[in-house]
Amino acid sequence: MASLSVPASGRGLLRRPTANTGFWSWFTTVDHKKIGILYGMSAFVFFIIGGLEALLIRAQLYQPDGTLLNADQYNQIFTMHGITMIFLFVMPMSAAFFNYMIPLQIGARDVAFPRLNAYSFWVFLLGGLFLYSSPFLGGAPNGGWFGYAPNSTTDPSIGMTFYAIGLLITGIASTVGAVNLAVTVVNMRAPGMTLFRMPPFVWMGLVVQFLLVFSLPIITIALFQLLFDRRWDTAFFDPTRGGEPILWQHLFWLFGHPEVYILILPAFGIISEILPVFSRKPLFGYQFVVFSGIAIGFIGFGVWAHHMFAAGLGPVANTAFGITTAIIAIPTGIKIFNWMGTMYGGDIRFASPMLYAVGAVAMFVIGGLSGVTHAIVPSDYQQTDTYYIVAHFHYVIFGGAVFGIFAGLFYWWPKVFGRKLGEASGKVQFWLLLVGFNLAFGPMHILGLQGMIRREYTYPETLGLTFWNQMSTVGAFLIALSVLMFMVNAVRTQLKARGETIEDPWDARTLEWLTSSPPPAHNFDEIPTVHALDEFWHRKYVEDERTGRLVPAQAGASDESEPPHGGGHGSIHLPGPSYWPLVSGLGLPIMGYGVLYSWWLIGLGAVVVLVGFYGWALEPSVAEE
Amino acid sequence: MADLAISPEHGAAGAQDEHATSTGLPNTKIAMWVFLASECMLFGALISTYVLYRGSSQTGPYPDDVFDIPYTSVSSFVLLASSLTMVLALASAQKHDVARMRLWLLTTAMLGLTFVGGQVYEFTLFYDEGLSITTNLFGTTFYVLTGFHGVHVTVGILMLLSLVSFSAADRLPHDAAFPVEMVGLYWHFVDIVWIVIFTVVYLIPTPSPAPA
Repeated sequence: MASLSVPASGRGLLRRPTANTGFWSWFTTVDHKKIGILYGMSAFVFFIIGGLEALLIRAQLYQPDGTLLNADQYNQIFTMHGITMIFLFVMPMSAAFFNYMIPLQIGARDVAFPRLNAYSFWVFLLGGLFLYSSPFLGGAPNGGWFGYAPNSTTDPSIGMTFYAIGLLITGIASTVGAVNLAVTVVNMRAPGMTLFRMPPFVWMGLVVQFLLVFSLPIITIALFQLLFDRRWDTAFFDPTRGGEPILWQHLFWLFGHPEVYILILPAFGIISEILPVFSRKPLFGYQFVVFSGIAIGFIGFGVWAHHMFAAGLGPVANTAFGITTAIIAIPTGIKIFNWMGTMYGGDIRFASPMLYAVGAVAMFVIGGLSGVTHAIVPSDYQQTDTYYIVAHFHYVIFGGAVFGIFAGLFYWWPKVFGRKLGEASGKVQFWLLLVGFNLAFGPMHILGLQGMIRREYTYPETLGLTFWNQMSTVGAFLIALSVLMFMVNAVRTQLKARGETIEDPWDARTLEWLTSSPPPAHNFDEIPTVHALDEFWHRKYVEDERTGRLVPAQAGASDESEPPHGGGHGSIHLPGPSYWPLVSGLGLPIMGYGVLYSWWLIGLGAVVVLVGFYGWALEPSVAEE
Repeated sequence: MADLAISPEHGAAGAQDEHATSTGLPNTKIAMWVFLASECMLFGALISTYVLYRGSSQTGPYPDDVFDIPYTSVSSFVLLASSLTMVLALASAQKHDVARMRLWLLTTAMLGLTFVGGQVYEFTLFYDEGLSITTNLFGTTFYVLTGFHGVHVTVGILMLLSLVSFSAADRLPHDAAFPVEMVGLYWHFVDIVWIVIFTVVYLIPTPSPAPA
């Protein structure tokens, strides 16, 4: 058995933390599993906040001439709803899954840069808190999550400055995290884990990290320009000095469209893991799933102007982007057929993860179809800035990504916590979510085609929009009820006395189930050698030579031939916990407030960042014994 | 800012190399390349903005009014020369010639400092001639683009000086060539970006708008 080396002594400014358990250890941990849990918990809290904002929006729109919110409050609420759900919920929740699962699925002990991983998390959380300090300091962002100039540059309230700085901070977190995870996948795979033996979730993770690496810098520059325009009166988006506000739209959507795939590809990965397990069949056309994911990654950079058809780019540009948009539907469609092919003829079990995964596929198809109608430029002219668009992107992002996330939560909960979420409650929650979701967002198609404008804070009774708005609000509260059920389920599951350990509750196929649940700090006692796609499955089952049927492998038969790897006999040196990621992360919001209030604060923040990084550089990643 | 975050892992490079990686390359090296690819997009967006707004200023001063090409050519040469000294630093590190390595690193940092100093001087000169960041589109795009690059050079200087002081304090891994190589990658990248900026901003003439 491998023994763990426990960090003993420390040197430098701060005494090296030694605790690996207890409340404070969460602040210094560099374990990818703990960081994954931190990501997941924080993202879920932001999900609840964003959800409450959605309920406020729906409550306001329940009646014509709603008076719950005034126009200014409404602007802030829908802007924060969008920012929260995209940057503070779906992205970090995907990061949570990637962090926890990628090292386990490729047979690694941790990510490539464990302390950098902690840094990413703290910067994300601090960036989120920075954004949410805005309502107490003069007003939240109010120009939409897309922040179109010149509205965003000229708005007199402080909100859009918070928007620019807050998203810059979370952007740093995502960039650093993406570099880290990309290197992990490229360089940390177990022996025999070739690229085309990687689980599809890891592949989608790799594509997402590269999308982040190449798209985030573009919005970083756009946000810098916005910030300079707002704070130091530059002319980037100021038409009176020759600036062109449409530049903001180009830069924003050059990031914004790849971002759509950053949100949905993790869910695609989760679905591609769950469908084979619950159909007891290999993923149908694994290579197609992988290559269509890569294709989406590339083409995703060539469709941004379909968000701008009504901006007046001219018929040539509109036609070109209409065509590329129609083309990107092809790799997406391929995946749908792969998933249907996986289920076809399978021995399907409708456990909760499977329900959510199938639900995600079905709902995403609806969103994809309405998406194709946007690719047709004249049709888009009618739909743009109406509730039809709102319906579309909620079907892909909620219907696709959020259903996918719930699928992942139910599927991997036993892996992370060693106990299954309540199945009965999970199934009821699924149906409640499905009905609530369709009731909330389905009517928005109709409302949009009837001409209800996006982002208007109230509507007159004479337009005849009341009925479907009321249905939509009822649906939103059903969604809230279903999320509440999930929280009750999660709490009850965690409070329950831990029964017998569940090592492989779903009869799964991939490496993360090879180790115990929850995994030990070092993940695997011995780094496994990989021989096939679906390695774990092949270790459990062999094909009977005469009948061609799958029979359980002889216990231990496959293990005998395993030569030990990764120093199984020596001690495993795990990276020691560290304060420095949190310290250097703290400097960024301080600098952010400095941009708002005082040069001195910027200097102070920079000093904190530097102290953090020097302390970090001088601290060995593995504590000496 | 994100660039700073990469550098601290240099210290850990020695520990990582003990384990075989899938590609055979150290993690830090791949991370540096991925990060530099990301930086390409960063500067790509900034340079595109400059090119897009070229000649769109509605009031002066225009580029022709303020640019002193011979002056900037000299400071550009200084920056490019620093790439040479960086290579020499790496070569010394690979030969375990610690004294020469520190000397060349220090020289590289000094050349970089000269460049940044020249840039600050240039900025004050332009400002005195009436070009501020708010004057016109040229001022906005010029100061933000070259200033952004200047910050990158400054971060590079910090990393070089850190290498020298870590080396003096005997805090570098036994084989110092690896961290030197990583800082070198970043340094060369910043130099290459300057070649593009110098060409696009200074050398390609900008049409001044016809007097209204």
